[in-house]
Amino acid sequence: MSTFLQHLVDGVSLGSIYALIALGYTLVYGILKLINFAHGDLFMLSAYAGLGACAAFGFADAGLALGGFASWAAFSAVLAASMVAAAGAGWLVERLAYRPLRRQPRLNLLITAVGVSLLLENGAQAVFGANPRRFPDLVADTAAFSVGGVTVGTLDLAVFGTAIVLLGVLEFWVHHTRMGRSMRAVSHSHETAALLGINVDSVVSWTFAVGSALAAAAAVLYEAKYPKVEPLMGVLPGIKAFVAAVLGGIGNLRGAVVGALLLGLAETFVAAYGASSWRDALAFGLLILILLFKPSGLLGRNVREKV
Amino acid sequence: MRGPGRSNASALALVFGCASAAWGLGAVLPPYFETVLLFIGVNALLAVSLHLVNGVAGQFSLGHAGFMALGAYTAAWLSTGPLKGLFEGGNADLGLTMTLAAAALVAGAAGWLVGLPSLRLKGDYLAIVTLGFGEIIRVGLLNSERLGGARGFIGIPAAGGPAWVFGLLAVACIGCVRVCASGAGRALLAVREDEIAAEALGVDATQAKVGAFVASAAGAGVAGALFAHQQGFLHPSSFSFMKSVEIVVMVVLGGMGSLSGALLAAALLTALPEALRPLKEWTGVDLRMVLYSLALVLLMLFRPQGLMGRKEFWQGATFRRWFSRNEGQKA
Amino acid sequence: MASRSFLRLAPLVCAAVPFLYGCGPKADDSVIRIGEFGALSGDTATFGETTHEGVQMAVEEINAAGGIHGRKIQLITEDDQGRPDQATLVVEKLITHDRVHALVGEVASSNSLAAAPIAQRYSVPMISPSSTNPKVTQQGDYIFRVCFIDPFQGKVAAKFAYGSLKARTAAVLRDQKSDYSLGLADVFKKEFQDQGGKVVLDKAYSSGDVDFKAQLTAIREAEVDLIYVPGYYGEVGLIAKQARSIGLKQPLMGGDGWESEELYKIGGAALEGCYFSNHCAPDSTEPQVRGFVARYQVRWNHEPGALAMLGYDAIKTLADALGRSKDLKGASIRDALAQTKDFAGVTGNISIDADRNAVKSAVILRIQGGRAVYQETVRP
Repeated sequence: MSTFLQHLVDGVSLGSIYALIALGYTLVYGILKLINFAHGDLFMLSAYAGLGACAAFGFADAGLALGGFASWAAFSAVLAASMVAAAGAGWLVERLAYRPLRRQPRLNLLITAVGVSLLLENGAQAVFGANPRRFPDLVADTAAFSVGGVTVGTLDLAVFGTAIVLLGVLEFWVHHTRMGRSMRAVSHSHETAALLGINVDSVVSWTFAVGSALAAAAAVLYEAKYPKVEPLMGVLPGIKAFVAAVLGGIGNLRGAVVGALLLGLAETFVAAYGASSWRDALAFGLLILILLFKPSGLLGRNVREKV
Repeated sequence: MRGPGRSNASALALVFGCASAAWGLGAVLPPYFETVLLFIGVNALLAVSLHLVNGVAGQFSLGHAGFMALGAYTAAWLSTGPLKGLFEGGNADLGLTMTLAAAALVAGAAGWLVGLPSLRLKGDYLAIVTLGFGEIIRVGLLNSERLGGARGFIGIPAAGGPAWVFGLLAVACIGCVRVCASGAGRALLAVREDEIAAEALGVDATQAKVGAFVASAAGAGVAGALFAHQQGFLHPSSFSFMKSVEIVVMVVLGGMGSLSGALLAAALLTALPEALRPLKEWTGVDLRMVLYSLALVLLMLFRPQGLMGRKEFWQGATFRRWFSRNEGQKA
Repeated sequence: MASRSFLRLAPLVCAAVPFLYGCGPKADDSVIRIGEFGALSGDTATFGETTHEGVQMAVEEINAAGGIHGRKIQLITEDDQGRPDQATLVVEKLITHDRVHALVGEVASSNSLAAAPIAQRYSVPMISPSSTNPKVTQQGDYIFRVCFIDPFQGKVAAKFAYGSLKARTAAVLRDQKSDYSLGLADVFKKEFQDQGGKVVLDKAYSSGDVDFKAQLTAIREAEVDLIYVPGYYGEVGLIAKQARSIGLKQPLMGGDGWESEELYKIGGAALEGCYFSNHCAPDSTEPQVRGFVARYQVRWNHEPGALAMLGYDAIKTLADALGRSKDLKGASIRDALAQTKDFAGVTGNISIDADRNAVKSAVILRIQGGRAVYQETVRP
């Protein structure tokens, strides 16, 4: 029984990371109806940005020279730096590759997204080299508490906590601020929003920046748990986070988190009890099932197409 | 002039002509170039089959490599198992015909299984579902011990060659042209333009789409089988999402809706990376993949209609002047 | 209109490319052309790049010393992106277009299996630096390798686990995407059970995964004496860390895929007391190895891993054979290679046996103080 509960904890922890990435996907989709294939690669770039931040601030030596409060402060500094860098990168990608295509068929945008994704992956390989690097340890991955054979780590708590907190912040922003209202308006209809005096371009840029910043948060937390950085690290998490977003209902913030947690749990249980070799296929299998039987996702609403 | 192969006689002539020309070219070219030629043929067949779904029916499929894989492994398994005797006994052509037919059947059946539930979905969702199926097929193959799994499938007998590949390519192209000109093809075009309006006019959109999907999958299966017999060795990594993307890029580069565009792009995108190999010596780093993806982005930014938009080269004024018997005057 | 004339010209341009490409280098024998193929891009690029560093350094050293019988080596490197279909294309180009006298490659057995029939068909000797699947050299008498094969390495591990570590129960955690890992895992399982041990659990992961808690927790339940993880360093480091963090205290054991300085960076203290089989001990006091490590450090600014050392030995073994070969014809080089006996490589003493595999001892290394130290040698 305690193993089962342990798997539960591990699944939630894994799912929380997917949740942070999924939130970014869902934000962008809500506003542009675009599946940003490059999102996973922005996650990867954020990890490299984090590496750079560690080097710049002098935390570059692996191993924990700092302890306690200082280490959390260092962690936060790197987190903030990564988020800013990612926001900038996301803004740039939108400005250069997606904005010119906004009037065009969605298919073209999708293809461009695939192209940007490949460009970022291969570019990173060319610039940083294919060898994996080690992300410095900033916070110790210790056990926070142990209850009856089930260990919950500090990082597990941090990841889950961050996901929930950021979800709350996002919800507040989207529902209770002017920018949030503008975002909701733009996601309904670009033309109408523009007619109402909303600067659609600016709203889209902000959305991309925020979505990318979320990916950066995911990246730094991911690195704390799995301290490996390499150019193709964003591919699998990106796909899984996307599946999670669709699972929960793409365009729906809470759905993204719910879907991600469910996916994390499903993956963990399949790897533990079933055939661990089918883990990758699981994400896709789930995706297909959802899309075939409830395309709007678990928390989404069915929008009938009116003619 | 409404396109090549419209009459049976011209169709046969075209198939025979393509096969012989390819055979001749293959005989003359040095081995490495001949292999590139064969790859061009296989990729062109993949592009043409995908064109039916992406270009004509307007549906976005990202799992084409999965059907190719099914065809390839079917051919591999048959030619080293039940049909082994045919290949070893010198009856390679007969064996090849049978493996190709089987590949088309298996892939087509898979196309039906995948298409029927999926084609109710639109645009992005369909893309993702097809991507998912492609990946599931790949993981399934990776896990299959009998088909080699991660070790790969070795020992596939060599068969086929330029004549086969280009002859079949010609058949596929003619088939595509004829379908487009038929009632079924017009239904597909209507669905592409506006599905709801088409349905309102009595077109069974799902049936049309599934039909296109099945035909397209069968085509990919045949391409996969030809690939298997040419390589002699199969590994699931050859049929990844990247492969599907490569085929999509060919169709998009050529211009979605243009068959000749798909052919041209397939040739270009197969030959160009090979031609760019010397580049690596100058720059020290292999930038081919970077250039490839950059080119894709730039293409979508500056010429999204691709090389040929929706036109075919036989609609061009020059072609008409050369080949038309009716419009003797200058166009 | 610009696009129309472009379209008219395009086919002509395409047709002209083969001619611009030329007919390749002349087939002259004043230079020895060695073709290297490997993954220099794509998801297995680290392996191809590392091997290339060893290969390149070996070629540079040989040329600096005057070449072989006065002939310099021209190294022609091609990227196959780690894909078997590209491997076949690239090998065909190297053989027919670049007219190489011999081939070095590939790292991954699946790519070697794809390329070998082509090398065999054209009678060009091919040496794989690190493909361990037994079937590779079975493709033909022109195919060689300078590493030991999976059956040997797996047996070595099983013998050590059962005999020296006295393990009676084991769990296996294999990388299902890697032919190498699957091969080792299967052999270990069989050999361990043949000796009387019991493999209680057989779990899998995929290269690229980062989270192994689910598999490891299941293994924890099984309470085994040893966990055999024959994967690559990229994942093993994380596996060790996570294993320790959930309370697994048993030793982990693996194969030469562990060998890399990245392993210790990622795995850290979690790897203490773990073992892995390898070609030679990095703390070997043999002057050969020490000299190589020092030169490598100077050339590439980091320490060599197993793949680099194997790449280096592949070239050196080939050069040795070329030195003994009576001319540069494929058959002569093949015969010289087959006669390689007691060649002192940096990965050990290399002798090529009748199956064209390298007969080498393996060493078991123990990780202690963040480094691998010599534990014992196992002879074939």
